Amino acid sequence: MDSILQLLTNIGETARLTGKAIRELFRPPFEWKLMLVQLEQCGVDSWSITFLTAIFTGMVMAMQFAIGLEPFGASLYTGKLVALGIVRELGPVLTALLVGGRVGSGFTAEIGSMNVTEQVDAIRALGADPVRKLVLPRMVAMTLACPLLTVMADLIGCFGGAIITIFEVDVTFRFVFEQMTETVGIADLMHGIGKSVFFGYFIALIGCWNGLRTHGGTEGVGIATTQTVVYTSITILISDFLLTRMFLVIYG
Amino acid sequence: MGEEIIRFKGVTKAFGRNVIYKNLTMNIRRGETLTIIGGSGVGKSVTMKLLIGLLNPDSGSITAFDQEVTTMNEKQLIALRSRIAMLFQGAALFDSMTVAENIKYPLIEHNWGTAAEMDKRVSQVLEMVDMPGIEKQRPAELSGGMKKRVGLARAIAIQPEVILYDEPTTGLDPINVRRINGLILSLQERLGVTSLVVTHDMDTVFTVTNRLALVYKREIAFIGTPDEAQNHDLRYLREFVQGGKGTLDEDL
Repeated sequence: MDSILQLLTNIGETARLTGKAIRELFRPPFEWKLMLVQLEQCGVDSWSITFLTAIFTGMVMAMQFAIGLEPFGASLYTGKLVALGIVRELGPVLTALLVGGRVGSGFTAEIGSMNVTEQVDAIRALGADPVRKLVLPRMVAMTLACPLLTVMADLIGCFGGAIITIFEVDVTFRFVFEQMTETVGIADLMHGIGKSVFFGYFIALIGCWNGLRTHGGTEGVGIATTQTVVYTSITILISDFLLTRMFLVIYG
Repeated sequence: MGEEIIRFKGVTKAFGRNVIYKNLTMNIRRGETLTIIGGSGVGKSVTMKLLIGLLNPDSGSITAFDQEVTTMNEKQLIALRSRIAMLFQGAALFDSMTVAENIKYPLIEHNWGTAAEMDKRVSQVLEMVDMPGIEKQRPAELSGGMKKRVGLARAIAIQPEVILYDEPTTGLDPINVRRINGLILSLQERLGVTSLVVTHDMDTVFTVTNRLALVYKREIAFIGTPDEAQNHDLRYLREFVQGGKGTLDEDL
């Protein structure tokens, strides 16, 4: 019972934080500088982790399909399956999970440390607003960065899958390329990218919210950071289910 | 001393089941230095956070400059915080910024003036706290005492009428303690600022205080001059004050 109450409280708090952030978003001037710094830190700097995840996922998928489909004489469909799987599902979800672990925990650690050293109070005492200075730039940056990283993951994942397909199934690059581009339509792309916009927002929201409620010194920061990784991952996995349902209705 | 500019009346505050104040009533007069003493964790700093609206009381009234603080909106609070500045216990400097950027923070928020005027103000306040020329350094490079002084420089940058000092000398070596005490005194004498000081340090109490308030059993148990405190009926207060004096004599 207590844990249900706690869950509802958490959802309420995050909703209120979102409300405040949206209000600040429409109160000019927009803090471009802070947002760009965040965009670099969580977007550009997540490039390598996204690259690695995507290329290996693509390659492994291709290997599994090429061999698994052989008994049915369907190996030639490997490229199609890999491309669809990556673009619709694995690209956005794996990117979000990895980037969420990296960036979300970083948000909590930074804002949490600021909180326990009274820097968040200091922001308010000096006449500014922590939501405007800390939360909003991160939220905007992640909501932009996550879909961009997903597009990159899609391309790299498909490329990795294509390479393996060429060797395992013994087809030409041209064949796989055409197969993939024919299979993946705008709807499939939008399906995956649409989800990643939400994932980016969730990562920033949970990271910031958990940082702002951190208490209990450095130990508290450690606990909160770990918690954020768990909360972010769970939220991404569960919301993926619901978002997939929603986008299936929208795009078919 | 001048007229009463800050009034706490029947303020109550609890964190969950932990009651901090069941009746906080006291007044602060213009130009005086009022020191709050009391055991650890009795909520002395809470008084300050209530005063500038970082925390909201459960009931009761707080007025500053004849305006009710408890019902202020965010905009009014920002205006209030340009008149009442706070020096946090750990200085709460922003780690990600240089000393100059830290001091400029409130100047930017309160639209102090042009970039050149702000730079001039930064070097001016650094001069006042006896630390000229450290604009480019980062908080991590500074010692505890230096951080406190930069924190003080940041607090006085916008020329507040009231300064709240949260344990200004805790954890500092005797030379820095004397230096900070000297700064508190000279700010009062030269600029006529009103000060509210929270401290355990009896040295600070006897150097800077005009009036003394004791937090005991969730209320202000005593408020008066340090001399009155030493001859007061309440044993706890006498011990608190004389205990400090005793160790002082030993040190001398």
